[in-house]
Amino acid sequence: MTPHRRRVVITGLGPISTYGIGIQPLWEGMLSGRSGIRTIETFDASGFDCPVGAQLASDQFDVRKLVPKTYRKATKVMARDIALAVGAAASATNDAGLVTSASDTDADPTIPAGRTGCHIGAGLIATDVDELSLALTFSSDADGEFDISAWGDGGMTNLTPLWLLKYLPNMLACHVTIIHDCQGPSNTITCAEASSGLSIGESMRVISRGHADVCLSGGAECKLNPMGILRQQFAGRLAKLEPTDDPALLVRPFSEDARGSVLGEGGGILILEALESARERGARPVAEIAGFSASQASCSDTVGLVYDEDDTSVESAINNALKSADCSPDDIDAVLPLGSGIPHMDAVDARAIHAVFGERAGSVPIITFVPNVGLCGAGTGAIATSLAAKCLDEQMLPARIGIEGAVTSGLDAGPIAARPAKLGAILVFTTSMGGQNTALVLRRYDDGGESS
Amino acid sequence: MTDVPRVVLTGAGWVTPLGCDLDTVWKRLINAESGMAPITRFDARTFPTKFAAEVKDYDVNDFIRDPSLHEHAGLNSQFALGAATQAWNRSGLSGCSNLDRSRIGLYLGAGEGVLDTDNYMRTNLRGWNPETRKIDGVRWAKEALELMKAHREIEQEPNMPLAHLAREFNLKGPAYNCLTACAASTQAIGEAFDIIRRGEADVMISGGTHTMIHPLGVTGFNRLTALSTHEGDPAEASRPFDRTRDGFVMGEGSGIVVIENLDHALERGATPIAEIIGYGSSCDAFRITDIQPDGRGAAAAMNMALEQAGIDPEQPGPEGGPPIDYISAHGTGTQENDSIETRAIKRVFGEQAPRIPMSSIKSMMGHLIAAAGAVELITCVMAIDRGEIPPTRNLHHPDPDLDLDYVPNDSRSTRVETCLSNNFGFGGQNDTLIVTRFKG
Repeated sequence: MTPHRRRVVITGLGPISTYGIGIQPLWEGMLSGRSGIRTIETFDASGFDCPVGAQLASDQFDVRKLVPKTYRKATKVMARDIALAVGAAASATNDAGLVTSASDTDADPTIPAGRTGCHIGAGLIATDVDELSLALTFSSDADGEFDISAWGDGGMTNLTPLWLLKYLPNMLACHVTIIHDCQGPSNTITCAEASSGLSIGESMRVISRGHADVCLSGGAECKLNPMGILRQQFAGRLAKLEPTDDPALLVRPFSEDARGSVLGEGGGILILEALESARERGARPVAEIAGFSASQASCSDTVGLVYDEDDTSVESAINNALKSADCSPDDIDAVLPLGSGIPHMDAVDARAIHAVFGERAGSVPIITFVPNVGLCGAGTGAIATSLAAKCLDEQMLPARIGIEGAVTSGLDAGPIAARPAKLGAILVFTTSMGGQNTALVLRRYDDGGESS
Repeated sequence: MTDVPRVVLTGAGWVTPLGCDLDTVWKRLINAESGMAPITRFDARTFPTKFAAEVKDYDVNDFIRDPSLHEHAGLNSQFALGAATQAWNRSGLSGCSNLDRSRIGLYLGAGEGVLDTDNYMRTNLRGWNPETRKIDGVRWAKEALELMKAHREIEQEPNMPLAHLAREFNLKGPAYNCLTACAASTQAIGEAFDIIRRGEADVMISGGTHTMIHPLGVTGFNRLTALSTHEGDPAEASRPFDRTRDGFVMGEGSGIVVIENLDHALERGATPIAEIIGYGSSCDAFRITDIQPDGRGAAAAMNMALEQAGIDPEQPGPEGGPPIDYISAHGTGTQENDSIETRAIKRVFGEQAPRIPMSSIKSMMGHLIAAAGAVELITCVMAIDRGEIPPTRNLHHPDPDLDLDYVPNDSRSTRVETCLSNNFGFGGQNDTLIVTRFKG
């Protein structure tokens, strides 16, 4: 059925989240079961229902230190989303042991530029309201209202000439491809939480059809700004913080008292590589991406906020991913769903897990991460996939944050500490605002006894 | 690899500044008509650019089954619904029972939606704190929650046209939206083509939809000085490949195609319109504002597509003709694009380059940004079907450095078998599609 399939492995992980940059901080945070959700620091968000989020502290992340010196000036035109992707790409290429044009060495790049692709999911990047509002003040009338007749030759000129380029979604990939000199296929998928998964799927296809050997793949987003939070609140997806609430326990995936999600900033870049390329350069695969599938949900609301109760698209994506990985539900040792804490979305996730796993649904361990790092929009799937790969590599399951005794839709999803586990394959699936779904099967890399 | 499925195009539709059906628009393109006029969407009188090519007299309710399903659809979704309905009906899928909806997917290159400008600007101004020179978060939130509307905000997400089309046509297959600026819908169709070749879907609804004719859209491109600021008749503003070209003119609209596994199309008795035989995609990785000057990235995308199509660009085609019968140029009308595109085509086709007719319909309908590639691919398909090549309008002052056959000002009647369509995005993405007449 798939005539020209090449095996694709993950050889580097570069997640970025409230825990910091790179796989190690994410892994430690996930093992500790400590939530990164706290009061939003970058602006006063107390006018919104959910004034908490999972941010990177300013001392954790300075994009200027993560780009070549000659590129520092360009960081001025990077919206936060772009900076996150650039930081993640630096971490991922390091983790994979790739020499790129950004490396501080005279050595040749490990992979030729034309054989390196880049697929980075992105969201609707919000304009910096401080910058725009300042410009608007030059074009307001006596009543303080915006006067467009004083904008075109007035207020507008206060915006930097490159203003638009801070906000185009493909600027994440644009900067990353320039910094690391990736001249192969590059795309920017914009399907909310499904963006990273779809990007990984696309990288697999590109490698598979032979148009690249390595892809920088994933996604990043920061909705922790006024417009980002506003839109999510309008969509009814955020938990309302009550004075008695502990922010760290606000997101409760699959719990019957779940009230909504909390936003985070982050995402990640993974290095996807044709197996023969990894072998040739002696890189150790962290995991193999054995199967992928995508589908679209039926949503009577037309905009994909709420999936229909009889929708089977998630189940079908999972089954197709299992089929493409040539495995059965019994081969899956842990499941990493979106688990957003949005009750109707959790119900979709749970329904799919029950449909696919049947009697095993209650005993297959669920990995949750949104209570830790928040819902990171287009970056969500990259964090999820990095985490699943790390679990396979470490043969450990991370802790789950939650409230003791919570009823969790018949799933193994209540609070628990980190523990060792025998993990051969993990299913990662992501549902989204818009109805796009992805499912990935990650398998522990088996070198067939080639190395000892 | 004989077991890779062939992919054919079985339906096409568009909503453009020159009209909203295949035949009307085609006639106008062949007559070299212009869709440009002063901007009516907002008061642009003080803007450096005061004109655009707007979609006129379009009502989505003329196309859709049940308007109540799409009551709050944003302009991008409205354009896509009209274009997709035309394509869906032309493909004959509308009359098919027993379609496996999980095998019909979507891959769009749809742009972000239109801001609720008035309320957004008002919120920002009311939320502004002149002392801190920042917005007051609490006041901003209060104003925003009162002034702005949930559906209007949600519709701005770039995956909303996907959701609308999925609902309208009940599609459950793989669904993607990509947004690589001006290359988006070419890339969408190329990847949709690959998804069918891999057997992940039987049918893909693909293309793009976009409008940036709104105050901050025009602001963004005016600040970049990418738009024409031509004084005088707007119809003469878009001048691709002309020595006096001074930037592109914004257009808007949607182009949607139905592409399909050939066996699936034949089994259901469909008539393929054309066959997609090549797709290439590359990245400049050069600068955020500029195209790589020697056309390396654009050439890489074309070479990749030509190789997949099995066409040697430096050799004559069948019967001694050129290797490609028509190139739909990206041809934006900026100094940089048109020079570099010309350079890239020479690099790829060598001595064959001057033999290939190549034109830019952006000279007539403006630049549809994310939707441009789909509309231009449909132009190629129409050129094959009708045996006519649309011209590059407003090409009166040849540029001494640009010496290819740009089909200036007048359309041409000729046999067209195989076409190549190029689109290059701000941000460095280059995409090429090759389409040919369907032959059994």
